[in-house]
Amino acid sequence: MALLELNGLEKSFGAVQVLNGVDLAVEAGEVVGLVGDNGAGKSTLMKTVTGVYPVDNGRVSFDGEDLTQIDPGTRRSKGIEMIYQDLALAPQQDVANNIFLGREPTKRLWGLFPNFVDKTKIDVEAQKMVDRLGVHVPTIHIPVGMLSGGQQQTIAIARALTFQPKLVIMDEPTAALAVREVESVLQLIRQMRDEGIAIILISHRLNDVFEVSGRIVVLRRGNVIADLAREATDMAEVVAYIVGAHD
Amino acid sequence: MSSNNAQGGPARPAPTLGFGTIARALERTHVRAESLLVLVALAAVMAILSPVTGDGTRVFLTANNLFNIILASATFGVLAIGATFVISAAGIDLSLGSVLGLASVTGAALVVTLEWPWYFAIVGSLGAGAAAGWVNGFIITRGRVPAFIVTLGMLGIARGLALIISSGRGIYGLPDEILFLGQARPWGVPTPVFILLGVALIAHYVLAHTPFGHHTLALGDNENAARATGINVRRQRMYLYTISGLMAGIAGLIFTARVNTGDPTAGLTYELLAITAAIIGGTNLFGGRGSILGTMIGALIMGVLQNGLNLMAVQAYYQQMAIGAVLIAAVWLDQVRAQRRE
Repeated sequence: MALLELNGLEKSFGAVQVLNGVDLAVEAGEVVGLVGDNGAGKSTLMKTVTGVYPVDNGRVSFDGEDLTQIDPGTRRSKGIEMIYQDLALAPQQDVANNIFLGREPTKRLWGLFPNFVDKTKIDVEAQKMVDRLGVHVPTIHIPVGMLSGGQQQTIAIARALTFQPKLVIMDEPTAALAVREVESVLQLIRQMRDEGIAIILISHRLNDVFEVSGRIVVLRRGNVIADLAREATDMAEVVAYIVGAHD
Repeated sequence: MSSNNAQGGPARPAPTLGFGTIARALERTHVRAESLLVLVALAAVMAILSPVTGDGTRVFLTANNLFNIILASATFGVLAIGATFVISAAGIDLSLGSVLGLASVTGAALVVTLEWPWYFAIVGSLGAGAAAGWVNGFIITRGRVPAFIVTLGMLGIARGLALIISSGRGIYGLPDEILFLGQARPWGVPTPVFILLGVALIAHYVLAHTPFGHHTLALGDNENAARATGINVRRQRMYLYTISGLMAGIAGLIFTARVNTGDPTAGLTYELLAITAAIIGGTNLFGGRGSILGTMIGALIMGVLQNGLNLMAVQAYYQQMAIGAVLIAAVWLDQVRAQRRE
């Protein structure tokens, strides 16, 4: 049984049907490239996986469990992480707090007052994560908004990796980065895969997709129209599917 | 910072207690460093310009007068705590002053008009405030109506309701237990000062040190980030507006107890004082940054300004102008700093 299984997902916004019964399975430790034209439904599909969008029809199962009706926070605690294209960082909060956003560890202050955010633990753990990923930030106490695009991308990745995820969805992680930063993000993806994490990589940059993916899935008008092993395909074929030459 | 971190490096220089050190420490607590400077400078000026009594002491500096400042700031100080919560989450509550009035007459009507036991003044005031805040939050989150509009509407509704409940007249004559909350001076300190301190301490704990507070700032900073990290944004907003209303309820209770009246016109335009105190203290008008400590400094600045000008027998009209000018100056300073950072 695959780690993530999507069966017949349907989603519409008003009169616009964005997903028309999508089926997709992702195994642990594999990188799946999810490609498609603008408006093909890639981001919508992924938001149904994280639970930000409830589906109209269909089923989302993860790790053998039906998560279709489960809220995003619980899905996250079960090991589904998404790194958004806009990174979803809070620019005025510091690096450490961003990494732990939504999952702040708490303790009892002086054994009396409950629900006290353990800032010391946040700082120590965040520093460890930042060191492990080799992120170069002056200090974890500066607001995230003062970092460069590449640094912010790695902070978003650090946040996704801090709680041992089983599946990480990355939406255009390389789109806004300089060449050198792209290579380090791709390296991080390989590292995550080798640790057994499943990765869904959404990208318009087919070079990056071919570089790290084992499988490439093409979405067109809310349907999966191709599911290709990387060795068995090439860029020309994928582009042909994306633009609809096979319709 | 842990000693075994990757950067290691030379030991940091021993901190010197200069303005820079204090400013950096305050920066991390989201307090506007300049506001503390302004408070100290303002207090110094007021002390120098203050009238002198027969035995040579400056009236401004007497313990009695310093308590008076906090006493006068207590009502809008509690309101400003409510404003800090909603504004740090990129919201706004314009109904604070009106809800204060509604809470004041609700509590007084229950106890004086209906002759219920004294503690219903507390239950009624706090309940009316929280209920009005809850309604604000409900319409903002379910109806997706902008907070500015909803709370502007509530400004009218709550004031109207307060006037209807009281038939437009003050409700006099509250029991001693309630008057104690406004007029007593245990250990020489006015009770409202204790109430303000207690509320501020709890609010500080919640905003600065609990997940709820972290989520509030994150929500104001980037709503998408809050949602993406699993924070229940709608529930968070419901809580924030209810807290804001509850603060208006507490302020209403203090007001009632101080003047021995459930006054339907209580708190008129106080929302402006409350929002000004929060902004002066360093709360970001567009969300993502805010602290109760800063807001208390902001409230004290306005209290000192009013008190000092009173002692100098300056007309009240000029005080309104001074407070307005301080608000604009504070936000102007923020913009200058933001541009310098670019």
